[in-house]
Amino acid sequence: MYRYDEFDERFVRERVAQFADQVNRRLAGALTDDEFKPLRLKNGLYLQLHAYMLRIAVPYGTLNSAQLRQLALIGEKFDKGYGHFTTRQNLQFNWPKLRDVPEILGLLADVQMHAIQTSGNCIRNVTADHFSGVAADEIEDPRPVAELIRQWSSLHPEFSYLPRKFKIAVTGAREDRAVVMAHDIGLRIVRQGETGEVGYQIIVGGGLGRTPMIGKIVREFLPKPDLLAYLDALMRVYNAEGRRDNKYKARVKILVHEIGIEPFRARVEAEFAALDRSAINADPAEQARIAAYFAPPAYAKLPAVSQAFEAAKAANPAFAEWATVNLFPHKQPGYAALTISLKGIGETPGDMTSEQMRAVADLAERYSFDELRVTHAQNLVLPHVRQSDLFTIWQALGASGLATANAGLITDIIACPGLDYCALATARSIPIAQAISLRFADIGRQRDIGPLGIKISGCINACGHHHVGHIGILGLEKRGEESYQITLGGDPTENAAIGDILGPGLTADEVPDAVERLVGVYLDQRQAGEPFISAVRRLGVAPFKAAFLQSAPARAAQ
Amino acid sequence: MTGQSPMTLLNRDGVFVADPFVRDAAETDAGLLVPLADVGAALAGNARPLGVEVANTADPEALVVHFERLALISIVFPAFSDGRGFSLARRLRRLGFKGALRATGPLIADQFAYALDCGFDEIDLPEDSAARQPAPIWATARAAMTLGYQRNSAAKGSILDQRKAARTGASHV
Repeated sequence: MYRYDEFDERFVRERVAQFADQVNRRLAGALTDDEFKPLRLKNGLYLQLHAYMLRIAVPYGTLNSAQLRQLALIGEKFDKGYGHFTTRQNLQFNWPKLRDVPEILGLLADVQMHAIQTSGNCIRNVTADHFSGVAADEIEDPRPVAELIRQWSSLHPEFSYLPRKFKIAVTGAREDRAVVMAHDIGLRIVRQGETGEVGYQIIVGGGLGRTPMIGKIVREFLPKPDLLAYLDALMRVYNAEGRRDNKYKARVKILVHEIGIEPFRARVEAEFAALDRSAINADPAEQARIAAYFAPPAYAKLPAVSQAFEAAKAANPAFAEWATVNLFPHKQPGYAALTISLKGIGETPGDMTSEQMRAVADLAERYSFDELRVTHAQNLVLPHVRQSDLFTIWQALGASGLATANAGLITDIIACPGLDYCALATARSIPIAQAISLRFADIGRQRDIGPLGIKISGCINACGHHHVGHIGILGLEKRGEESYQITLGGDPTENAAIGDILGPGLTADEVPDAVERLVGVYLDQRQAGEPFISAVRRLGVAPFKAAFLQSAPARAAQ
Repeated sequence: MTGQSPMTLLNRDGVFVADPFVRDAAETDAGLLVPLADVGAALAGNARPLGVEVANTADPEALVVHFERLALISIVFPAFSDGRGFSLARRLRRLGFKGALRATGPLIADQFAYALDCGFDEIDLPEDSAARQPAPIWATARAAMTLGYQRNSAAKGSILDQRKAARTGASHV
């Protein structure tokens, strides 16, 4: 993975000192609270319901063991002994004190981490496929380009006061695991048909929030060397023309929607044509320098199937079950990538204790070339594990309460922090996730239902990605009561779709029953081997809607 | 009025200086700063150094015809959080404007380096914001980050270019 050179190191250290100076100026009155607010946000510091929250960047979701151990230490020393992984592959601490923040940032810098641009109206932490470098369907590892964008977008002089936040996701694979269609910019590494040249397809104007939109292709093929110049052009068009009269209409998706993709493309291309690209682009040697850090680790030559692994599965059904559900095939023979579920039955999605972080750091160091991934589904991944080590790892995970076999299943629920923590929330998310998790706890039943993504947001800002949940749940507030709106048929992948609202809002207590009925329709009507989302597409919303409306007859009649 | 109003114009060295431009056409020993709508008349009417004040939504191409005669373009920042002026400055420099570029509005010290990087030369602050942020604050804020990753930043060293220089064995740029 990437390692800071002397320049990166100096940059992050200076940034820590800069923030300390900003805090001092606020305390001395040189900055008003309104002026200080964007400065603290651009350092990941939010004022939440009960305390400050510090959001730490995990660039493109890649971590090493020393970094995870440092997060464990910070969680213990400055928080309540745990942290929360987010849908942007970041980590949040919910209880730090303002006066401790500069010290925390210093501790992060010690392990080449920071909280730069994890909030604010700027280019946010760049996310990527969590199976980068692992998946067989990958054209190229997307992390070098994500790192290049991380550097280029950091403290950008021109693009630090944008109309609104700006999120970029990158994938190098055919299957989209990075939700690139629902980002301000989605970047897909592609190979051009005739020439075989590798470059980028650029998607713009996707997003969730209160106006969910699927992104549109703005550039079919961009040659690799031109990336930064093209981004410079696109960001300038957005910075100059994005709406600033209404924060709810300020994202680039609204600009693209209002002027149309063709005029938007024409403006970006005109700007791009007028630029001196050579003064902006990173030279090929710089791109190669970054890419070298992401070279594949020194894999051993192993047989494609490990006999020890097969024997362990045969002898231990619980292990076999976990292996079936939580493993992802690795392109290197004899290896696997494994998902560490942070979705224990009835637990808070994405939460991890300091003790668990240390246990997982040890496993990563010993068994996975010192590498970890954070997924946008709020789980962790050990990306490069020998099949023959899986049983030992599974036992160790079990001892830490981390061997839940549910990756991709109905209890692998994405949920934002909601009203338990968040100042923007209109309803709680975590208790809804917990109730559904408990309802569907039985692993046999979960496996029978198969892949099903439930995503829960506690307000219209959609941090829990509910629009693209197979079943989406949005917590609102109606007449002082929490009310949950259910959507069906959302899809975060390359077949991206926004879910349809099924009917009137439900109370918190009614949600598990409603989910149960939707699952019931699927189980009744599915064809052999047909996953939930495929059945929804084939059947349409109608049968599900009918069952949904039965689940709340009194309210439906209102 | 006898009392002089406090200086609010910060130059690129972080020093508050007297404004060489006035908006008063009668005061003939200073430069004249006019709104965009009056630029034609002002050009025809006098030989004083001329500056034009434009909104951050102005079309930069429309100003090109005046570049030769304009000593100053002042871009208004309606709020420090409105970053359009940075992009307009970049476009004006790209189109070849060589005169002084001024950011007029309630910028904060943390934007000083950004403004210089985007091609501005000076910042004209509202009085209260100048009073809260004396010169040393601007100097400190400007020096806070000695490096930037972007290669097209005018004011500070580019990390990418320094890496390149190190690779090719040349001295640091």
